This record gives sequence, structure tokens and C-alpha cells, in this order.
Amino acid sequence: MNEQPIIEARGLTLSFGTIPALRDVDVELYLGEILAIVGESGSGKTTLLNVLSGQQQPQSGIVTYRDPAGAVHDVHAMPAPMLRTLQRSDWGFVHQDPRRSLRMNVSAGGNVGERLMAQGARHYGEIRTQALDWLQQVEIDADRIDDLPRTFSGGMLQRLQIARTLVTHPRLVFMDEPTGGLDVSVQARLLDLIRSLVARLGVAVVLVTHDIAVARLLGHRLAVMQRGRVVETGLTDQVLDDPRHPYTQLLVSSVLQA
Amino acid sequence: MKGYNFAYLDEQTKRMIRRALLKAVAIPGHQVPFGSREMPLPYGWGTGGIQVTASVLGENDTLKVIDQGADDTTNAVSIRQFFARTAGVRTTTHTAEATVIQTRHRIPEETLRENQIIVYQVPQPEPLYRLEPSRVETKRMHALSDYGLMHVKLYEDVARLGQISISYDYPVMVNERYLMSPSPIPAFDNPKMHQMPALQLFGAGREKRIYAIPPWTDVRSLDFDDHPFRPINAHQPCGLCGATDSYKDEVITDDRGGRMFVCSDTDHCERRRAAA
Repeated sequence: MNEQPIIEARGLTLSFGTIPALRDVDVELYLGEILAIVGESGSGKTTLLNVLSGQQQPQSGIVTYRDPAGAVHDVHAMPAPMLRTLQRSDWGFVHQDPRRSLRMNVSAGGNVGERLMAQGARHYGEIRTQALDWLQQVEIDADRIDDLPRTFSGGMLQRLQIARTLVTHPRLVFMDEPTGGLDVSVQARLLDLIRSLVARLGVAVVLVTHDIAVARLLGHRLAVMQRGRVVETGLTDQVLDDPRHPYTQLLVSSVLQA
Repeated sequence: MKGYNFAYLDEQTKRMIRRALLKAVAIPGHQVPFGSREMPLPYGWGTGGIQVTASVLGENDTLKVIDQGADDTTNAVSIRQFFARTAGVRTTTHTAEATVIQTRHRIPEETLRENQIIVYQVPQPEPLYRLEPSRVETKRMHALSDYGLMHVKLYEDVARLGQISISYDYPVMVNERYLMSPSPIPAFDNPKMHQMPALQLFGAGREKRIYAIPPWTDVRSLDFDDHPFRPINAHQPCGLCGATDSYKDEVITDDRGGRMFVCSDTDHCERRRAAA
């Protein structure tokens, strides 16, 4: 991680009317690193994710992205076709609700293959082989490849979404509460899966979560947000074991010890 | 005909449609919105095609109108008579004699020439209509040529049925840029659109869209490398003229299960029988 950051944000500010969602936020992320963003509901976590991924325009500040060739692009000044190309190849987005990004009336294989086909893959056999391979990597039975997602359980849907996102080997993945709404045992398996996939593929992940345990398990670095401001940032263990900001202390102490 | 302008539409309207046509020709396969007018026939009967024909028709033109390949079906006869009365142009059933051909659901078997115009009646101009319900989103997909979704549909067909199951309105890429609906012509006719010498105009009246393919433009049917595009046709030869290379309709001939396959292009069939 001695190179330059893959994505870097400086001075992001955005408010909805009188409500500040982001106040002078700086973020940087390196390849192979998981940055966990924690904070209570309404602290601006999801807004930050949307701004970083180019889906929302900040009122001030800049987000720059470094492509594989090393060229630096201003995410919000990028032409729309280029941003769309990025979003469907080099970037990935994992939503809390997999139904938002999956196509529920298209088979599991079709869902995984869509990004490949959007990139110009035109060989049915190869698309299917890759879809099968990815279903296995996320621990979905190969014989479910032609089943519709609506016959899948919540945890399987989330794993399918991850397969669909990672099939193009993105270098940067945005995850918004990927384990939200799942029961604890399914959550644990999913976390394990995400951790091993991310480690093996070496992707950079921005992970938004309100669950400190998820952040501790997955995050290399942690950013704590409160009312649109990043109040504390550092290595995950450091921040969680020795919280400095009063809000972080409150957050850490409010977690139930099992 | 007294009391009507030449070819029914007033000149202002024709100019508006011609402007849309010029833009459509300039951007092959791109859907151009236009102010579609009420026409004296119901939506779905060719209100788009008839407006396009009215605005390209001149006094010296010869018009042919076909419906499913046939010159003698209701839709074809009505529209032909409509222009014979309101424009006084010559009409014909012979493909070679026509300068303007309005068609519903077929391309004539006879190869079209450079000085001919073919006008398609289009019920649904948006090829992504069944896959993406939002027009805002499909417009964005066209703008960014983001057509993975269309291939997902083809993928699903092969995964479930072992082959691409679209037999008509088979989506095409025009000039390697825009995904386009060829109107509900059989997939059999798709290859005829590729590098066609004639100008191809498409009018969708209810949906208020016009699009076009200029002469000599690349038109490719979507497919997979390992599941290439196959035009579908009946295996039987035509029961009347014996043609094997033309597109056939299956016609029920009695109520005891009798049926025969005949050329869908009546002009083509008649000429073959006259020559034999």
C-alpha cells in the first residue's frame, strides 16, 4: 500500500436544505484496503458513499479517481459515458437491499453475466462458465444457475449480488450495509466470504455500516462520522480500542458485549 | 381530392415531419420525437407510417402498400386507396415499379433499389421496452450505448430454451451505435436491412417517434459468437409457386385440418407463377 490512493476526496461538503450531510470530509483509499465508515443513522454515511461513487454531486470539494493506467480523473467532472463505463467495470456497488441491483425476473446466471455482456462479452459459453465459477465462489449451488432470484433466500440474494458485482474484477467496490437485514449466522458467513474474496482479489472497498462489529471484522481503517463530519479516523483496532472523540467513545461503549 | 391538401396532411405538418426525418437519417437508428397527428385511422393501423409516407410522397411517386407481405389485405388496400384519393398518386402492387413502399411487418422479397423508399409502420419503437419500463432510463441507455440488458434477454433465451427465441421484431444494432427495433418484421427479413440500397424510414404514430436507416448502412442482428443469428422460416416450399427461399405464411384452407404454406409476399408469388 505504498502507492498512491485509488480514490481520494478533499473537502466534500453537501447539505440538504439546512441539514448538513457532509461537512468538509476528506477520505482516501488505497488498493487492497477496506475503509469502514461508521456512525449513527443520518450521519451522512450513505451520502458520502453516493458522492464518492459519482451518483451525487457535492456542493464543494473534489473526488479524484486513479485509473489502472495511473491517470487521475475528477469523478464529478467526468463525462457521463465514462462514469457509466467505470460503474459497470472497474467499480462495483453492493446495496443493502440486493433487490435494488439484481434483476428479479432474470435467472441467477443472467444476473451475474449482465456486467460481462455490458462490457462486450459475446460468447455464451464463456459467459456461462464465468457465471458458474462465480456462483461457486459465493457458495451458491451450480444447479441454481437458471433459477430466478425470487426463489433465493435473503443471504443467497446478497451473495448473488456480490458475485454479480465482482465478476468484472472491479478494483473499487462500494458497499452500503451489505449485511443489514440478515440474521446473525448468515451475517457471519457473508462477512467471512467478503473478507476472503476481498483479500484474494485485492480490491479496495468503501464499506458503510452502522454495525461496529462488522467494521471491526472487515475494516482495515475506520472513519467515524457524526452529523456530516468525520470526527475520528485511523486503524480500526486503534480507534475501537482507544477511542478519542467523545462520540466514538459513546459508540464503542454502546455495543453490547456478547 | 377537393377540400384536402395534397396527401391529406397540411404543409406545416409535413415540414415538421421532414425535419424529424432529416435528423433521423443523420443519426441512423436514433429515435426522434415528432408531433404525431390524429389520422383518420386508429392507432395500431399504421398512423406513424401513413404520416411519414404523406410527407415524403410527391406527385410523380408510385406507391405500394403491403400488410404482412400482401397487397390485398384490409390495411394495405385502405392505405393505398387513401393516398390514391388524397394525393392522386399512381399506385401499384409491383415492388419494382414502386418508388415509395409502405409496409407493415414485412420487407418485400425483391431486392430494393437506391431510388426507392421503404416506410415501416412501427407499433413500439423502443427495443428495450419489455426489459426496462422507464423511458428516462432507456433514453440514458441509448445515450451511453449501454446495451448489456438486451443481451441478458438473449442469454436467458439460450439458458432456458437452448436458442434465441425471438422470431419477429428481432433487435438490431444500426451503424454499430444504436440498438433499434426493426418493427415486427420476421427475423427472416433482418438480413435484408443490412447494406440496403433503399432508404428505410420508420414511423410510430402512437409513440410519436421517427427513426431511419440511410442507404448502405450496417445493420447487425444481435447474437452470441457461439449462438449466431438464424433467420427462421418454414421448411416447406410455397404451395402455390414452389419457392423455397421466400418467407411463408401457414394458411388454413378448410375446417378439416387442411393447411398449406404460401409466400407471404403476394407480388413475389404472383410474378413467379406468371413466369412459370
